[in-house]
Amino acid sequence: MFTRLLNWVDDRFPLTDTFERHLSKYPAPIGQNFWYLAGVLLIVVLVIQLISGIWLLMNYVATDEEAFASIQYIMRDVDYGWIIRYMHTTGSSMFFLLIYLHMFRGLLYGSYQKPRELLWVLGWLTYIILVAEGFTGYVLPWGQMSFWAAQVILSLIGSIPIFGEELLTWIRGDYLISGITLSRLFAFHVVLLPLALIAVVFVHIVALHEVGSNNPEGIDIKKHLDEDGVPLDSVPFFPYDVVKDLFAIGIFLIIFCFIIFFFPDGGGYLIEYINYEEANNLKTPDHIVPAWYYTPYYAMLRAITFPIGPLTAKFLGFVVMGGAMVIIAFVPWLDKSPVKSIRYKGLYSKVALFILVVSFIVLGYLGMVTPNPLRTLMAQVFTALYFLYFILMPFYTKYEKCKAVPERIKI
Amino acid sequence: MKFLTLILAFISLQLFSAEGGPCGHFLSEDGLEEGKCEEFKADHTDKESLQKGAQIFMNYCYGCHSLKYGRYNRVARDLGIPEDLFQENLMFGDQKMGDLMAIGMDQLEAKEWFGIAPPDLTLETSLRGTDWVYTYLISFYEDNSRPFGVNNKVYENVGMPHVLEDLQGLQVPACKQVPQLAANGGLKQDPLSGELITEELCGFLEIEQEGQMTSKQFQASMKDLTNFLSYMSDPIREERKYIGKFVILYLLIFTVLSYLLYREFKKDVH
Amino acid sequence: MQPKPPSNPGRRKFLIAATSIVGTGAVIGAAIPFVTAFNPSEQAKAAGAPAKADISKLTKGEMMLVEWRGIPIYIFRHTEESLTNLNKNLSRLSDPDSEEDQQPDYAKNSNRSRKEEIVVLEAVCTHLSCAPKFYPELGTTDFDSDWQGGFFCPCHGSMFDLAGRVYSGVPAPTNLPVPPHYYESEDVLVIGEDEEVT
Repeated sequence: MFTRLLNWVDDRFPLTDTFERHLSKYPAPIGQNFWYLAGVLLIVVLVIQLISGIWLLMNYVATDEEAFASIQYIMRDVDYGWIIRYMHTTGSSMFFLLIYLHMFRGLLYGSYQKPRELLWVLGWLTYIILVAEGFTGYVLPWGQMSFWAAQVILSLIGSIPIFGEELLTWIRGDYLISGITLSRLFAFHVVLLPLALIAVVFVHIVALHEVGSNNPEGIDIKKHLDEDGVPLDSVPFFPYDVVKDLFAIGIFLIIFCFIIFFFPDGGGYLIEYINYEEANNLKTPDHIVPAWYYTPYYAMLRAITFPIGPLTAKFLGFVVMGGAMVIIAFVPWLDKSPVKSIRYKGLYSKVALFILVVSFIVLGYLGMVTPNPLRTLMAQVFTALYFLYFILMPFYTKYEKCKAVPERIKI
Repeated sequence: MKFLTLILAFISLQLFSAEGGPCGHFLSEDGLEEGKCEEFKADHTDKESLQKGAQIFMNYCYGCHSLKYGRYNRVARDLGIPEDLFQENLMFGDQKMGDLMAIGMDQLEAKEWFGIAPPDLTLETSLRGTDWVYTYLISFYEDNSRPFGVNNKVYENVGMPHVLEDLQGLQVPACKQVPQLAANGGLKQDPLSGELITEELCGFLEIEQEGQMTSKQFQASMKDLTNFLSYMSDPIREERKYIGKFVILYLLIFTVLSYLLYREFKKDVH
Repeated sequence: MQPKPPSNPGRRKFLIAATSIVGTGAVIGAAIPFVTAFNPSEQAKAAGAPAKADISKLTKGEMMLVEWRGIPIYIFRHTEESLTNLNKNLSRLSDPDSEEDQQPDYAKNSNRSRKEEIVVLEAVCTHLSCAPKFYPELGTTDFDSDWQGGFFCPCHGSMFDLAGRVYSGVPAPTNLPVPPHYYESEDVLVIGEDEEVT
């Protein structure tokens, strides 16, 4: 009976076909390690954010007068509202942690090299949309940090020469950040950006399945097929990768729930203490710091302390910060190495990647603390090092000595 | 080598230094670090403390400071106070048990009288920390240059009177003889007599006019009050931790099972 | 790579079953906060708390209106005449003995109330929920030639007596509901609860 129903559907919709192509028979390379778990975990977090977000939406009020109070209403008056709220705040930090790990895996194993350039660009686009989603979401509780972080970042638009101020007013919808701005950022956060995010993630996965997954060895598994055309160095995704992912999801949920139930404000790094005070445009906080996942870029922004000709330091900082995010998209064309994976690349690539990671982390720290002359100098140095990873890549990947890549994956 | 250590120390200091003490000009007993708060860690399981804190708040603070995100009936329930007792002793006016704990003071009028509207305190301990709030409560002192005749070591030029004066009494600024730290980390001693070498340090507070409570009693009372405010800012804390234990336990069981399942399937590919 | 067949299918089946069951439990557990969050919040419960009515000033023959959970509640104090009139019309009523479950047990009597003198009714016509209007005067009216006092619903013409009992031959099928209520004191009527809950 069930087979008959399935056949009826299959005659009209590629159900079984899709299930086999993308799940049960999708050739997952063997030898994929811990770094390959971020993808599925990102999907899990996306679902968590969507569901918790919808529930929060039922009780949140997007006006400047009631937003802050509506969060407390959710935390205190709605049955288990506090769980749903903490899921959403923890989920947003997890989203960024995982996406950084996911991107790092790409750099590590050359997952952006041909034919995966488009896949990388789609992933980059997902990241940019996520940055916007996180920024708009943070404004919604309408605490002091919500307001002032929005003030600082939106004011960067004002620094654009010629039309910056007008553009800023147009984006704000008002002469200052007000309930009007809140309403439109709310619309972006709840509808526009989630739709864009879901669409781009879908296309990203389609693009992945078209070219197939990479692996830590950087070997092209499609070069060695069995008599049925299935790559020899692969296993069917279902059930082998599915059970691996289930285990990973278990570990992830333990960490996720540990934070929610025992440490939801993360010592002030997951929910900033200053956001427990309602937004007040007449009272500037002593330290304005963005969420931890933006601090590397914030450090770069603050590192540019000098103007160049008619361009203000503020505008240049904006350009550098934006440039740091945009340059990531170009990696497939900057990497001239004949070899995909860091395991077989030369010393230069290893050193460069190490410096990139150190720079990103140090910049992240510098973005959290009050600037002083030494810190600003360090921020400038590490910003330069960050950019050099990309700018010098065509050279160090071309001229370094690589190792020979094996034909088959050995585990 | 020494030069290198000095450079590294300087760099670390510049890189990692905290930005001034959070507790303003407060100076603790040992006089070592200005602005370091007295420590107080909240305990939401101590219902007696919470009840005492609630009583102080409703009697001394609630006239001006609202707790507008909380409701009376939840406080009564969580603190173990029967509703009729709660209404009799802790509620004034014709509010109902299910109401939010907002006060009758008009915000604009309050701004006129005090220069600034007394802020709502529901989330104060989340915002500033329990250490800060406790230290603030014990740091009022006489200052005739201020409109209400008092100032506060933690919050300079605070805009409120010392409503707890009848309990604490009135403190005044004082100087004390304080032992000094020696280079080796110990206390400086006179090499002949063995007595501690002291220097005069100002910025302390001492009681000039006594209140109803002794110093120790008042400190305990302020800890109760801070504890109550901590509960108000995070009433779900104990329930959250309780549920969390079961959730983590259950997830551990799931993860172990899923790991065994993973290993079972992995056998196929070796 | 061709996967080998399992060496111990029983163990495999057990693990699949066990993981699935525990996993399903986790999903159900995760769903609980979301399902529970739909319940009336503390705000709804506070607004829906019992309403108190001061009936000390309510004179005989007079009716007052209070609100409970968004429902209009009629509180009427009988005169001697209206009390006796309650029994004059029994043949015209659909459910004179309040057999239908439209009232708490303590209101299942001839005057449908705890106190003989005071009637407490939900002003929601049992036809399509309009609020019936109060017509205490006896005599001839637009809608009835021998009106003994009661409520007339202007929407579709249903008629109820002063105890909220429905007349036969009108669209409304049942008597007006009596809300849970009790007397906190002589003067204070609490609507929304059956008795004092401490």
